[in-house]
Amino acid sequence: MNADILLQTLASGVLIGLIYALVAIGLTMIFGVMDIVNFAHGEFLMLGMYSAFWLFALYSLDPMLTLPLTVLMLFAFGVILYKAVISRITNAPMLSQIFTTFGIMYLLRGVAQFLWKPDYRTIPNSSVSGSVNFLGLQLGEPQLVAGLGAVLVTGVIWYFLNHTRLGAALEATASDKDAARLMGIDSHKMFALAWGIAAGCAGAAGGLLATFFPIFPDVGATFILLAFVVVNLGGFGSVTGAFIAGILVGVIEVMGGLLVGPQYKMAVVLLLFLGVLMFRPQGLLGKA
Amino acid sequence: MKWYLPARAAALASGLAFCAAATHAQQEVRIGVIYPLTGPSASVGGELRNALELAADIINNGAPGVADLPLSQGKGLPNLKGAKIKLVFADHQANPQVGATEAERLITQEKVVAIVGAYNSAVTATASQVAERAGIPFLNPESSSATLTQRNFKWFFRTTPHDDLFVHNAFDFLAELQAKKGIKPGNIATLNENGLWGTETGKLQAKLAPDFKYTIVKQVSYASKTTQLTSEVQSLKAASPNLVLQSSYTPDAILSMKTYKELGFSPDMILANNAGFTDTEFIKTLGKDAEFIITREVWALDLARSKPLIKQVNDLFQAKYKINFTGNSSRTFTGLMVMADAINRAGSTDPEAIRKALAATDIPGKALIMPWDGVKFDNAGQNTLGRGILVQVVDGKYNTVWPFNMASREVVWPMPKWDQRK
Repeated sequence: MNADILLQTLASGVLIGLIYALVAIGLTMIFGVMDIVNFAHGEFLMLGMYSAFWLFALYSLDPMLTLPLTVLMLFAFGVILYKAVISRITNAPMLSQIFTTFGIMYLLRGVAQFLWKPDYRTIPNSSVSGSVNFLGLQLGEPQLVAGLGAVLVTGVIWYFLNHTRLGAALEATASDKDAARLMGIDSHKMFALAWGIAAGCAGAAGGLLATFFPIFPDVGATFILLAFVVVNLGGFGSVTGAFIAGILVGVIEVMGGLLVGPQYKMAVVLLLFLGVLMFRPQGLLGKA
Repeated sequence: MKWYLPARAAALASGLAFCAAATHAQQEVRIGVIYPLTGPSASVGGELRNALELAADIINNGAPGVADLPLSQGKGLPNLKGAKIKLVFADHQANPQVGATEAERLITQEKVVAIVGAYNSAVTATASQVAERAGIPFLNPESSSATLTQRNFKWFFRTTPHDDLFVHNAFDFLAELQAKKGIKPGNIATLNENGLWGTETGKLQAKLAPDFKYTIVKQVSYASKTTQLTSEVQSLKAASPNLVLQSSYTPDAILSMKTYKELGFSPDMILANNAGFTDTEFIKTLGKDAEFIITREVWALDLARSKPLIKQVNDLFQAKYKINFTGNSSRTFTGLMVMADAINRAGSTDPEAIRKALAATDIPGKALIMPWDGVKFDNAGQNTLGRGILVQVVDGKYNTVWPFNMASREVVWPMPKWDQRK
């Protein structure tokens, strides 16, 4: 085992970790703002991938070019879904909320399978393909671009939350929605915004992933388990936590695979997750 | 007494009609076909339905110019006074539970004399169990799970080779490659998805390798629903094998090839076990990066070069449905032909007579559109003369390279290293 292989693996882990982070940020935001676990989050990612795919297949538009459009569409989808369904269950018991988002997950998966068949689709020859040499490391160009995109989107969200009035309102709703309402903040608008941003993040992740990962109706399931681990590890509701935890999970996954054995890589991730639950149940950056 | 006459006439007429219906019924042999026509496997199911309809059409109405194919003269089943085949379709939705219920319905309500099906191995398992209990012959043309013929069933027959045989084929190929072309495969590593299929395949590879005097230096397994394969490929790279035997589904097959290239992993050859490597997306996505890999297949159109029958029947299929046969539809087509041949030889629609005729089946390879040596069942109901073929991707197409006597191209071995490719 030489240093080259270690560094190369580390770099691959960081790149995939950034995508995990982007997926998880949307999940953590919905939970943080309105205490709902969104099981359909992986399906938002799937819709983002299909959006990139169809814009490519029908109009030959590159996924990089259509990324803003994909994000916008998913944002709108998130808001509509909130208005049509979620707004009716904000005060429902937790079980009903779980079953609702679970149902939406199956519905979206079924609709995707009905409309687009269970086939695997891919986007060949996008503007980002091949790999680049960086300080002796071989990095896949799509992964690199996806990683940078994830950093950019996270940065924008972080800025929005910490340096804008609307972001502050969202944060206020997250910490105490009743107090926020007394201060004149419309919590329903804030909830809708959270769903929009969350779906938009998943859409961005989907669009970025579409350049190198196959697209199929169940693709959300592949990422959602890791996203839940990331959200728990980073602390429920913490965007910065999700960002750090995402990278951490990506790195632990590949390094665990390399050092312990590929068949154990998920076991290593979940072991660490259990450890965090035992000693720091609120997650790395969560509020106790 | 005048009312009596018309009544007699009516009785006579209805009696005649009954006789006509009876003779008509005798001219029809009802075969149940049970396939996934809706649900996740529906797109395959549609293709299989076309193949079945073509086979029935050839038997019932004839097909000029395909003399090698049995029962192609258009006279129905000669030994049953020219009886026509009537397919009774059932949809199992890729669901084992539904498969069993539908088999039950076919037997009790539709009164079929035999069943052909069911593509998905899990459904074949449940549907054939119903047929076994009812004493109705069940012929399975395309499910490859090895355990299906290990159940001591009396009424179950399978024409396709199963997974064990396919793995065996890979080693046969390596041995012949060494004996006939002097190419030594060297050290072997395996990369398998960790589901039932990949795990069983990996175990069998580990068991067979020493028998053929090859060394497996590393076995790597991974979850097919993985987001990245970096550490898997790094472990392979560290073991530096000459040959990788790989069993992957579509997303992971594509992901693995991309990761090989990214990390500069260049073995002499990747010998894949079908699945993801023969999905249409595989070559479409990877383009030039898919070149030179060899994969197991069950059928290829270029086999027609050494067996004209394949092209003749494929032309009929193409004319009717505007698509070519695939490994799946060609096997289903063959399955129904074998069943029809057995019913004809039985000369009766009695299930026991059909079962006996199936057990005595002996169809030569030249009467099949498959690259097999023929159809002959062992005691477990498994066709012993079936085999797989190996195809290599060259110029963006799958070309048959093994068995050597059916090859349309010489094997390219080793594959060029990633950095030496154009």
